[in-house]
Amino acid sequence: MLAKRIIPCLDCDLQVPHGRVVKGVEFKQIRYAGEPVELATRYYEDGADEIVFLDITASHERRETMADVIKATTENVFVPICVGGGIRKPADYVNMLRAGADKCSTNTAAIHNPDLINEASKVVGSQACVIGIDAKRRYVSDPKDAPDKTVIATEKGYCWFDCSIYGGREFTGIDALKWASECQGRGAGEILLTSMDRDGTKDGYDLELTRAMSENLDIPVIASGGVGNPEHIYEAFTKGKADAALAASIFHFNEYPVYVVKDYLKEKGVEVRI
Amino acid sequence: MITIIDYGSGNLKSIKNGFLKVGAEVSISSNVDEMRDAEALVLPGVGAFGNAMTQLKEYREVINKHVEDEKPFLGVCLGLQVLFGESQESPGVEGLGVFEGDVLHFPDSMKAQGLKIPHMGWNKLQMENPCPLFEGVGPEYMYFVHSYYVNPSDRNIIAATVDYGVEVPAAVCRGNTFATQFHPEKSGEPGLKILKNFVELI
Repeated sequence: MLAKRIIPCLDCDLQVPHGRVVKGVEFKQIRYAGEPVELATRYYEDGADEIVFLDITASHERRETMADVIKATTENVFVPICVGGGIRKPADYVNMLRAGADKCSTNTAAIHNPDLINEASKVVGSQACVIGIDAKRRYVSDPKDAPDKTVIATEKGYCWFDCSIYGGREFTGIDALKWASECQGRGAGEILLTSMDRDGTKDGYDLELTRAMSENLDIPVIASGGVGNPEHIYEAFTKGKADAALAASIFHFNEYPVYVVKDYLKEKGVEVRI
Repeated sequence: MITIIDYGSGNLKSIKNGFLKVGAEVSISSNVDEMRDAEALVLPGVGAFGNAMTQLKEYREVINKHVEDEKPFLGVCLGLQVLFGESQESPGVEGLGVFEGDVLHFPDSMKAQGLKIPHMGWNKLQMENPCPLFEGVGPEYMYFVHSYYVNPSDRNIIAATVDYGVEVPAAVCRGNTFATQFHPEKSGEPGLKILKNFVELI
């Protein structure tokens, strides 16, 4: 059976030479964690199952910088690499794959142009087409108040999930659960699901969102946003039914290195690669 | 010199980097003459069976000759599947036919068991028949990403399997011809060890 994957995420600011890894809280405040290539290499050595690079500046001028970061990383890192931020057309996927990446993640570009998913998956395969969904809870007092949305019952009441774009700066009113199903139908191979309510809080993943998403789809779901300790990751797999768990700051600032998280999970009976 | 066949498929850089990491001389080529002179050939692959066979058309002869001459050959992922006769992914398209058998889609019934398709992630090998590629490599986790799996007529060529609802052949081996469904270049240190074992056969 498949092992549950532990995925460190590097939010990269590419406006300085070699780039730098930053960490925001609820997509805002910024701390610096180190250089992307250096951190990725450390996580590989610590046992990361995959590494995600997100270009938070996501501008066209930085595309080559990201490709260079990926090229340098993959000389010494031999696990799958996913790149997100600024991927807008099938040629962008091809360029990143040529640089050594295995997957590309798109959010805003796919919402603006859903056909991108069909086109890109034909060119590079579904396995390389990850869709990033940044979802925020929208509470309603009664499911009837949002008849066109997928409303779920949570501990805090009824809510649906709103997709945001541009790194959380804009909301679309698009139902995240419906959008994910559409992405799957169009050829997406995986969903990278970030809870905007939890991101940066260290309160744990939004397990209700993660579970609803995972049960709704046939493709794997990566839980993201809010992890503060290894128990949160354990819950993402058990209660959240996620296939993989993504985390950033607990790894960057060495609170819990990847191998510590994996040892903890193994002890709790979760299948992990050690 | 190892030559990686470039027929327009995705990430060739990683497999090249893997070979460089274990000290091999390696190049990526789409030139038939270079492939003819290669000591060892590597056939990577991402994408669909039919499309790959169309793009492999001009290399078919050189690949089959290399295998017949018993020179070291390694297929990876789709590069394993195209060695068989045909695939449910692209009915009517003829594979390279190096091995007898076909390529099947994971049964849809797997979804009811909560198993997602593609089979994507790290799965643990079960060793079957002895194979020099796995010298010093035990039942390690390897990285897989695929929706189809091979069904060899001769089960003796299966070097390792993994369990994913069905028994999935993870690697096949006959003489100097090897192929893996997983990506050794994405499977950490045990994957690099497999590449090193291949290099040592040259």
